[in-house]
Amino acid sequence: MAAQTPEIRASQDVTRSRSIEASTGPAIKLSAQDLSVFYGKFQALKGVCMDIPERQITALIGPSGCGKSTFLRCLNRMNDVLDGVRVEGQLLMDGVNIYDRRVDAVELRKRVGMVFQQPNPFPMSIFDNIAYGPRLHGERNRSRLAEIVENTLRGAALWDEVKDKLHQSAFSLSGGQQQRLCIARVMAVQPEVILMDEPCSALDPNATFRIEELMTQLKQDYTVIIVTHNMYQAARVSQKTGFFLLGDLIEFDETARIFEAPSDKRTEDYVQGRFG
Amino acid sequence: MISNGNGLPIRSEYREKLARLREMVLEMATFVDGMLSRGMEALQQNNSDLAEEVRLSDDVSDALNYGIEELAINLLALQQPMARDLREITAAIRIATDLERIGDYSKDIAKVARRLRGEPLYWPLEDIPEMARLVATMLRKAISAFVDRDAEAARGLAHDDEAVDVIFKRVTEQLMDHMREDPRYVFQATHLLFVARYLERIGDHTVNVGERVVYMETGRLTPEG
Repeated sequence: MAAQTPEIRASQDVTRSRSIEASTGPAIKLSAQDLSVFYGKFQALKGVCMDIPERQITALIGPSGCGKSTFLRCLNRMNDVLDGVRVEGQLLMDGVNIYDRRVDAVELRKRVGMVFQQPNPFPMSIFDNIAYGPRLHGERNRSRLAEIVENTLRGAALWDEVKDKLHQSAFSLSGGQQQRLCIARVMAVQPEVILMDEPCSALDPNATFRIEELMTQLKQDYTVIIVTHNMYQAARVSQKTGFFLLGDLIEFDETARIFEAPSDKRTEDYVQGRFG
Repeated sequence: MISNGNGLPIRSEYREKLARLREMVLEMATFVDGMLSRGMEALQQNNSDLAEEVRLSDDVSDALNYGIEELAINLLALQQPMARDLREITAAIRIATDLERIGDYSKDIAKVARRLRGEPLYWPLEDIPEMARLVATMLRKAISAFVDRDAEAARGLAHDDEAVDVIFKRVTEQLMDHMREDPRYVFQATHLLFVARYLERIGDHTVNVGERVVYMETGRLTPEG
């Protein structure tokens, strides 16, 4: 079987190059280690292990109730506020377990910001929405605040649209603009990680593409993790994709791999739209 | 919503279109397989009517190719296929292109048959029909692999092609010897050399088809991958 020899050699080469890539690739920002979540007796997340790379977009996909939002909410300990929730295993951020008692959840949420499905600007001006976080964290200098607001709105690709109406209510903005304002509000406290839970599901296609464009820019400075029901969005914006099913992380790989040639039959069935 | 046993939606219209795409590839393969065998028949039996018929049928092969491309683009644009479905659709486009080339070469063989009409063959055709038999077998094997989703069988085509190349080399040398022997043989020998070359290329295109089947089944684009 001489014809098979080169193929065997090639597959060994692939293994070798992958391990090299693993040692020189992007740093791991967050690492879930055998992470389980229980809502009372119900186990919503079953021993998930996942290394989330720094300054990339990681997408979490899967049918409703698969555990992807539960996982996302573990990353800034949002689950803590719910009664009867128990978290097991470890979740390391830069190597430190964020579920360690010594870690302050409020401080953690400053480092790990979150954007929700429905844009939820505060009932105040555009300016004050952005200045809210920095003020909360002690910034009082007016010109410094103005600078933060401008830089943040520029960073969120919203400045040109709102610079002449900074003191109008945030509710005067369109849905897509409100969502970008919410992303900017998260950015204003200079987090390291931005979590997004279905950030575009309430938006029209145009506003969706603007948010996706913004996400692509965000990854230069932030680690972004997005939960989305729209797997085409996951395919468009993310570098890594994790597929969850019934609380298990079924497959986690390069996004192109997940959508072109996934390893697991269940992933394949899901991305081919055979269930959802 | 209609669903399968797991309570999963079946996307019936999408599934039907994908099945139709597969059928169209099979249909086109069968058609060009027929063009090849009739082209060879026209050559061996000195039948210029049959040759003309093959020449004209190339339009049908082209139309089948466009039909496959059109349906594939429609599926890509409207159904956002992913994973194996995506690979199957892109493979179908590529396979149709290879089949279209095989149709073209079969037409070219028929054209040679017309050129050589009325002229008795100086030598018994042995190696060239043998090449044709081998590449036709390869084509059927490639298409069976596509239909049966058999990457292993598809991989074997590269090996089969080596036998075709060996005969091609031998035929080339023999025909050049004939040309050196007597300039009167040049016209016929040159045209038979063309035929051998067309068959050799058909072999290469069936290997391409096999590679697309391997990609479709494994996600690996290169034979080494």
